[in-house]
Amino acid sequence: MFYREAGQYKSTYESDMAVFPIRQDLVGVLAILAAAYVIVPQMGNFFIGTVMIPFLVFVMASIGLNLLTGYTGLLSLGTGAFMGVGAYACYKLTTIFPGVNIIVWIIISGFFSAAVGVLFGLPSLRIKGFYLAVATLAAQFFLQWCFVRIPWLYNYNASGAIEVPARELLGFAITGPNAVPLTRYFVLLTLVVFFTWIASNLVRGRIGRQWMAIRDMDIAAELMGIRPLHAKLMSFAVSSYFCGVAGAMMMFLWYGGGEASDAFNINLSFNVLFMVIIGGLGSLIGCFFGAALLHLVPIFLKFGLPAMGVPLGGATAEHLTHIIIGTLIIFFLIVEPHGLARLWATAKQKLRMWPFPY
Amino acid sequence: MLYDVFVDPFVQMAQMPDLLVQTLWEGLVAGVLYALIALGFVLIFKASGVFNFAQGIMVVFAALTLVGLYEKGVPAFLALILTIGVMFILAWTTERVVLRPLVNQPDIILFMATFGLTYFLIGLGEFIFGGNTKTMITEQLFLPKGAIDVSMLGGRVTFQKLDIAAAVIAGAMVAGLAVFFQYTRIGRALRAVADSHKAALSVGISLNQIWVIVWFTAGIVALVTGIMWGARSDVSFGLQVIALKALPVLILGGFTSVPGAIVGGLIIGIGEKLGEFYWGPLVGGGIESWLAYLIALAFLLFRPQGLFGDKIIERI
Repeated sequence: MFYREAGQYKSTYESDMAVFPIRQDLVGVLAILAAAYVIVPQMGNFFIGTVMIPFLVFVMASIGLNLLTGYTGLLSLGTGAFMGVGAYACYKLTTIFPGVNIIVWIIISGFFSAAVGVLFGLPSLRIKGFYLAVATLAAQFFLQWCFVRIPWLYNYNASGAIEVPARELLGFAITGPNAVPLTRYFVLLTLVVFFTWIASNLVRGRIGRQWMAIRDMDIAAELMGIRPLHAKLMSFAVSSYFCGVAGAMMMFLWYGGGEASDAFNINLSFNVLFMVIIGGLGSLIGCFFGAALLHLVPIFLKFGLPAMGVPLGGATAEHLTHIIIGTLIIFFLIVEPHGLARLWATAKQKLRMWPFPY
Repeated sequence: MLYDVFVDPFVQMAQMPDLLVQTLWEGLVAGVLYALIALGFVLIFKASGVFNFAQGIMVVFAALTLVGLYEKGVPAFLALILTIGVMFILAWTTERVVLRPLVNQPDIILFMATFGLTYFLIGLGEFIFGGNTKTMITEQLFLPKGAIDVSMLGGRVTFQKLDIAAAVIAGAMVAGLAVFFQYTRIGRALRAVADSHKAALSVGISLNQIWVIVWFTAGIVALVTGIMWGARSDVSFGLQVIALKALPVLILGGFTSVPGAIVGGLIIGIGEKLGEFYWGPLVGGGIESWLAYLIALAFLLFRPQGLFGDKIIERI
């Protein structure tokens, strides 16, 4: 009844290919944004710090991996390491040039990650599928080894971890011990919204369509004049850029230093891959769904159930989390192998008709 | 620098051949275990085209069940039989709940489903038996203990009896599997399914039945691997990361080849230990964690289908 596109005529190609072809979508997204900027900050530090900030970081990383795996069809298990490159690059940059605003460095650190990503993406020109996954595993383990063994990366400090320095934006502390979750949340939210917008434009345009052509059939795409070298390496670069920024965000805006030396391990790579696949390969909104589902379920089990009166020990909760996540993954794959994004699309399709049968 | 990389390690090898033999042996034993994990992958990949990520956790789960049952007061051999039973139930359930509804889906979806299975098994194993590390019941299973010292090449080389037993058992199991595949009715059906699902179906082979059998076989392989690995170190979920080492092994050997898994496992095991021992100190050690992947990566550039794998032919 409310979600009806009748009367919205498109007279140009541009309007047909717009980010929001239907007015209600635009209104919906604006409403969500308004909620994110106005209502969420009212919900207290715990909610923002434990739920929203990690969620946004995971969204960013999932978008990065989705550009590679979902849009270009190249499987990568090195996401964690690429995120790590971003975090360490940001750390080095901000210690060498402390005067420059940290947000600039968070954005720039992605380029270092992109360079590393292109390097490890080179094998993708010859191999694909699981073979490529193993090649990216090489990146994962090699880079992780570098993070521990090259003291220059963590400025020779005793803990061997990234010690996040205090940095400010417009007088508000956004990193370091004095930063409250609220300011970090606003910075993170703005960055994620901005990068989501970039990504949505990328995948609609020439570059994104090249990627999808490569994904659907690389040989045919090559015959049509798409250069696989450019398209694949571009995909690796952009994907790693997003992951790198996500890693820098994770370290500076979420963890805030401390127990971080082991953060960028293989489990992180797998988690992000889960999010992408559960959310829906080749769908940006799927990244949000996937990150929400896989991040919220453990939190709900850990904090939600005890709050509701179900006593659950720490260890048992963790075990149950594993069981439930495993079951959820299998369940969603069986119900909808194309991920939550497809369920969402089906729901929207149904809503278009509602309340009439056709 | 160049001297350190290209000359010095070989000089060391020549000067102390006993150390070299020791390193080779260590590599060989590690390789046998990698090969066993890879074998589980290959069995399932051949028969169902599923890249079973859960193989590593199946190893842990099997070992954990065995030790857990023993700790609960079940005699060792009864526990062993019960564990085999558990692996069968696992295979049957997996086929029923996971594989059958997902038949004909793209590879990556099935791959993801085995991820789900992995998480489920981690949770279940920890939930039932607890997450702490356990010691494998070596003595109760009559596995030998202690070591044999052999004087050779101007030095002493130590062979753990357990390692010898592991190599022998692994060899026996591979031989047994080969015989099973080659000469039994089920084995023939398995090979038929591996060649072509459709053709196998059309001559009346039940795919579902074959999948249960193949997952069960992989479960048995996992149990043997779990016992061996658990006896060498301990039974813990850390093994899961080690199981990832089976991936470079598969790349070397080819995804569809049983001999490939064995040879690949040995190459990776030996290469890794040699690299760590002779070249590791140059860069500060610990290169074992990624060397295998790098070997596989270098290999991929020259022979993408692996040593024994089927040639990849693509058509539009």
